[in-house]
Amino acid sequence: MSVLLQLALTFSMLSVLAVGGGTAVLPEMQNVLSMRFGLDRLEFVHIYSMGQLSPGPNMLMVVIFGYKIEGFLGAAVVLFSFLLPSSVLCLSVGRLWHRIGERPWRRAVQNAMEPIAIGLMCSGVYAVAQGAINGLLSVTLALTTLSLIMLTRINTMVLILGTGVLGGALMVIFGWR
Amino acid sequence: MKQTPAIRSIFFEFLLIGLVSFGGGIMAYERRLLLEKRKWLTNDEFMAILAMGQTMPGLNSVNLAMLSGDRIRGLAGALAAVIGLISPGVCFVLAAAVAYSQGADYPLANVFLAGVSAGATGLIASVTLRIGRPHFKRWKSVPVILATFVCMSFFKLSLVTVLLIMVPIGLWLHRPIPPELESTPENKK
Repeated sequence: MSVLLQLALTFSMLSVLAVGGGTAVLPEMQNVLSMRFGLDRLEFVHIYSMGQLSPGPNMLMVVIFGYKIEGFLGAAVVLFSFLLPSSVLCLSVGRLWHRIGERPWRRAVQNAMEPIAIGLMCSGVYAVAQGAINGLLSVTLALTTLSLIMLTRINTMVLILGTGVLGGALMVIFGWR
Repeated sequence: MKQTPAIRSIFFEFLLIGLVSFGGGIMAYERRLLLEKRKWLTNDEFMAILAMGQTMPGLNSVNLAMLSGDRIRGLAGALAAVIGLISPGVCFVLAAAVAYSQGADYPLANVFLAGVSAGATGLIASVTLRIGRPHFKRWKSVPVILATFVCMSFFKLSLVTVLLIMVPIGLWLHRPIPPELESTPENKK
């Protein structure tokens, strides 16, 4: 019971703090999951990666953390506590805003928040890379993916599946890392 | 405006997006649905909702679905849009969760996931670069980005602490200035 409560509190807080859409709370999520729930870095990255393979919002992978920690009940608790608080906040502020209209200080708040959200996203990249990058092969795969996404219009899903199959094959056949 | 859209069609349209949007780009699908396919919102309404959905905490695509559902049909519309959008993904991750918990020892699954993780690192780096690009050139943004990154990743401060430090600094940097000093185009989006 106390695990469920802890999951609910943890993910509600992450929900309210998820400015800029989830990626910003990845480093915090990784810290908290390893400290309070004993999830190691590799499991974190594996689960994050499964989110990239799923349809719809990729951050729904938080459900997998819930399941891993406390079964289906844990999954449900994580889903609701990650989506509900931010949604209630966004909906109420959205309605209020619609009634009041634009105000100059809103621009200031948004300008102030944007670079912070980007800094947090950089930490998110760092947190994922720490688990995912362990040798020359993974660096090459990551950099190839990065440049293909930046330079072409290839579907990211195809690309990610490709790195899984190609990278996996090279690891099994040649023992590369 | 034409007749009010049915809750059912809001649900099914967003369910379709939740099903087909592999590999990101959900907001683009939502834009096409709301402005072109069904014309449920005007461009102005959509842009206002988009800004709100991105500024507020939460997943941007979920916020966008919720706010547009709310604008179209109130709370029921918001619920229909969000539940439609996330249902396919939730089913997928639940199946993945069960499989992962049972099969974490299969060596093939592990090497596949290792490859996917490397690709995912490149993907998240590209998203960060794309969103951050305009900011990496601004003198007001770069120190804030760096300080946030260092506090979070190297000093291992908690997110709340980082925000308590950085938000006041950010607000001070962007405090309202008399209009004759501040006339760069990006400030009147």
